[in-house]
Amino acid sequence: MKCTRCRAAAEVQLRAHNSAFCRPCYLLFFRRQVERAIAAEHMFTPEERLLVAVSGGKDSLALWDVLVDLGYDTTGLYLGLGIGAYSSRSHERAAAFAAARSLPLRVVELAEEGPGLAVPAVAGLTRRPACSACGTMKRHYFDREALEGGFDVLVTGHNLDDEAARLLGNVLRWQRDHLARQRPVLPPTHGKFVRKVKPLFLCSEYETAVYAFMRGIDYIVEECPNAAGASQLAYKDVLNRLEATSPGTKQAFVREFLRTGQPAFAAAEAREAPRECAGCGMPSWGQLCAFCALMRAVQAKGATRGAPAPLDAGAPPA
Amino acid sequence: MRVHLHPQRRTVDVQGRRRVGQLLAELGILPGTAMVIRGDLLLTDAEMVEDAEEIEVRAVISGGSGA
Repeated sequence: MKCTRCRAAAEVQLRAHNSAFCRPCYLLFFRRQVERAIAAEHMFTPEERLLVAVSGGKDSLALWDVLVDLGYDTTGLYLGLGIGAYSSRSHERAAAFAAARSLPLRVVELAEEGPGLAVPAVAGLTRRPACSACGTMKRHYFDREALEGGFDVLVTGHNLDDEAARLLGNVLRWQRDHLARQRPVLPPTHGKFVRKVKPLFLCSEYETAVYAFMRGIDYIVEECPNAAGASQLAYKDVLNRLEATSPGTKQAFVREFLRTGQPAFAAAEAREAPRECAGCGMPSWGQLCAFCALMRAVQAKGATRGAPAPLDAGAPPA
Repeated sequence: MRVHLHPQRRTVDVQGRRRVGQLLAELGILPGTAMVIRGDLLLTDAEMVEDAEEIEVRAVISGGSGA
């Protein structure tokens, strides 16, 4: 198989793009994909300060690598979720990546934010799916760190597969409010929020993994132990079966939704600007934000079972 | 050939030379969900793997609450 661009021996084949690439041409192709997404969606400018959420996995580290290569002003943010050895190894990867490139990395360890705040403990006490509790906590700390650090933009490594799986899940349940907000760029709806962007939204997981491999990025290969049985993985499996039969399906699903479906949902689901959470003061659509409501549930269950009180939900971490 | 599967940390022995695409199909792995690595090179589906060779099949799918 030959490289579509230079006719050298190909190392990677991309059916969705009807292309194959040698290593140098693939790295160029991938960077251009990210560059185009940033430009087409007006995600950010070189003058803005970017906070890049990094998990130690392939997507976030590949993205950080590209953003640095493109000359953006980036700072990494690693959130320690307290998921045992998995979290330790993830932290090591993120810290090693930053140290090797002399990049700034902010670290927030949930265990240091308050007793009982690690994801497994929170999920266990509240009986919520671990991924759901994890998502709520991530969003809160990402928002808080972006605000406290004075950043302009929060950048995450969500890829095409993540977005297609999320879209499928939202469509299966017709979650109109979620469909209205599923975009690669979310402008801030409150002065305490920053813009949130997903530059990899059209890059598949395979493409980000290949980029990370070719760049020699040491990312965590093992899967989060809490992800087993997660509905997102079931949606990804269905989509990958469709993709195997009809390459390009995932791209078309997400692209066409963003072009035709999402604007219609956004127009129908317009909502007021958020108020401030009575607990933490961060923006919220209810009296308490999702994070403080979760903390309140943890506190109630923890007290019932004699576990150490986590946080005072009325005064979450400053 | 010896096939190391990650992140499962499992190794399987497969008898006889195969093209990568055929090998993945026999292992029940969908196209685009794993990288096939020989040394420090990636292999496309059309590449032949000889009986005496050793390769890594590294899954690329991750799940959960997202980055």
